Amino acid sequence: MSAVTIPARQASGGVNVKVINRIVIYGLLALFALFYLMPLFVMLVTSFKTMDEIQNGNMLALPRAPTFDPWLKAWGETCVGLTCAGIKGYFWNSIKMVVPAVLISTMLGALNGYVLTKWRFRGATLVFGLMLFACFIPFQSVLLPMATILGSLGRFGVTLQNATGTSFGLGNPTVNLVFVHVVYGIGFTTLFFRNYYEAFPTELVKAAQVDGASFFQIFRRIMLPNSMPIFVVTVIYQFTNIWNDFLFASAYAGTGDAMPMTVALNNVVNTSTGVVEYNVNMAAAMIAALPTLLVYVLAGRYFVRGLMAGAVKG
Amino acid sequence: MAFLEIDGLRKRFGQVEILKGIDVELEKGGFLVLVGPSGCGKSTLLNTIAGLETITSGEIRVDGRTINDLHPSKRDIAMVFQSYALYPNMTVAGNISFGMEMRGVPAAERQKAIDKVAKVLQIGHLLQRKPSQLSGGQRQRVAMGRELVRDPKLFLFDEPLSNLDAKLRVDMRIEIKRLHATTGTTIVYVTHDQIEAMTLATKIAVMRDGEVQQFGTPAEIYNNPSNLFVADFMGSPAMNLIPATIGTSGNALSVVLQRETREPISLPMANAPAGLSAFQGKPIIFGVRPEALTDPEGAERNASHIATADCHIEVVEPAGSDTFAVTNLGGKGVVARLRADANIQPGTNTPLAFNLTKAVFFDPATETRIR
Repeated sequence: MSAVTIPARQASGGVNVKVINRIVIYGLLALFALFYLMPLFVMLVTSFKTMDEIQNGNMLALPRAPTFDPWLKAWGETCVGLTCAGIKGYFWNSIKMVVPAVLISTMLGALNGYVLTKWRFRGATLVFGLMLFACFIPFQSVLLPMATILGSLGRFGVTLQNATGTSFGLGNPTVNLVFVHVVYGIGFTTLFFRNYYEAFPTELVKAAQVDGASFFQIFRRIMLPNSMPIFVVTVIYQFTNIWNDFLFASAYAGTGDAMPMTVALNNVVNTSTGVVEYNVNMAAAMIAALPTLLVYVLAGRYFVRGLMAGAVKG
Repeated sequence: MAFLEIDGLRKRFGQVEILKGIDVELEKGGFLVLVGPSGCGKSTLLNTIAGLETITSGEIRVDGRTINDLHPSKRDIAMVFQSYALYPNMTVAGNISFGMEMRGVPAAERQKAIDKVAKVLQIGHLLQRKPSQLSGGQRQRVAMGRELVRDPKLFLFDEPLSNLDAKLRVDMRIEIKRLHATTGTTIVYVTHDQIEAMTLATKIAVMRDGEVQQFGTPAEIYNNPSNLFVADFMGSPAMNLIPATIGTSGNALSVVLQRETREPISLPMANAPAGLSAFQGKPIIFGVRPEALTDPEGAERNASHIATADCHIEVVEPAGSDTFAVTNLGGKGVVARLRADANIQPGTNTPLAFNLTKAVFFDPATETRIR
């Protein structure tokens, strides 16, 4: 029935239906985009307004006299808890934590993926299954055991300090956070790389073996240079997750000088002295969000390509 | 002592035996082709020679040296892979010199070796390109160059032509043969294409289910297949394997072939193999290649023993260089290869000449050759 009627309908009103469909689709998309972008817009305009304008004006209005002062104040002067030196120190804290955590977890994931696909051993599937299981463990259930482990590591660090003069970073909150994020991230990074390398031609590894390359030479010269898409995907994923993490950060480095950006931002907003400086808060939040935004913009095109990689055999 | 010797090689994956005692040897400068259907173990055998797979028992020797337990890179072998396995992140020059780099050869020497190989294979203009910028034939050439540059004792090829289109495949086949002739290297070559096997090899090992069915020169394999599988696998179009019985005509044996509508054909055998007399009155498989079944004028002049019989032609296939005619004998379609200009019509009865000096016989129960 329908097979007969459809061509007839298309002949009469097909073009109109098409146009209306398009309008509905794009209209809805635009509406959703607007809805999604609205908070960002409000944050952005507010961060460039003076307090007067915020208190007396419209929330959605553009700033009449755009000013960079809230940004400067957020960066260098605003109070985080009791110290009023801006968020810049905490920004660097986050960088110092995120960069090693992302790189270490990504490299370990790549190495795991390489071994699990190209150097298969008895029980490799089981090991991979267990690592996959790590992806489903909720953060909250790790909190207390991890605190115990970090405590032990810290005490061991003190012992080391007394014996050798250096604690090798054990007990340092930044090192602790790097450790936690690496451990928690390995499941995901292994999953990414393992699936990518599963489709990676094994003959290349064999050819390199015949050429005399060692285990690590193959990894460094053959596997890694051909892993750009999945490398980027993993870095974006890990960077976003670790940078945005609040739970581990507040649990293991919630006070003191090593506090990461997310915790500091929370403290900025919660500091209750005098008026709430919305413009400074918004600027601080924007600063906190910038690095992830930057990573997406710089590497985003690889992100889509990477997610598709391996889907079609080239 | 042969250059490459494989003795009683076995390979087991868990309970499954992939290679069941392989014995093969090859002289220096020889070209050994391992041929067989998919899953016969030929690629596994090649991988064990390369050292990419371990072996369960047996021994592999190259030039008198046992290489069983050596790392692939220490075996002085080179391997061309089915997918060419060119490193996508390196240029052609980088691909060719990677092995030398791994062995710590100085840069100047590497460059000299690259230039030499590039000249032999005429890929000088491609050296700075990436593999993705090459055509199939060029990739094949680079893959060979990468192995050639090492000047190994033994070359291994794993179905190197299977990714090329038909015409290029023929060109590259000739190129490999020329390379073998000019460099005099010893080659082990895996393929499932029996034409490649016939044209390239000095020795062929026909494999099935992890066993060598027959090992010999191409002519031996083609003319004297040791069993039904080899006879059927080698040759294109395939050998006609016709169910028949052995009778007697006078005091000689004869081969009796059933025809669909008329009385059976009886072909007298003047010089039947000795073993055939035990099969009097019993079924056998009568094997005759299409070129040994032809029009009487086109039959081989100096063949000592030709029998002619009338056959009903069902289909005629003019192929340009030859004409193939299909008739029905013993309940099977039987292909005869005639001259291109043979005057033959489908649906008619035409005399066909059986060249019985080239005929072979098999025991249907054991599938072995009756000699």
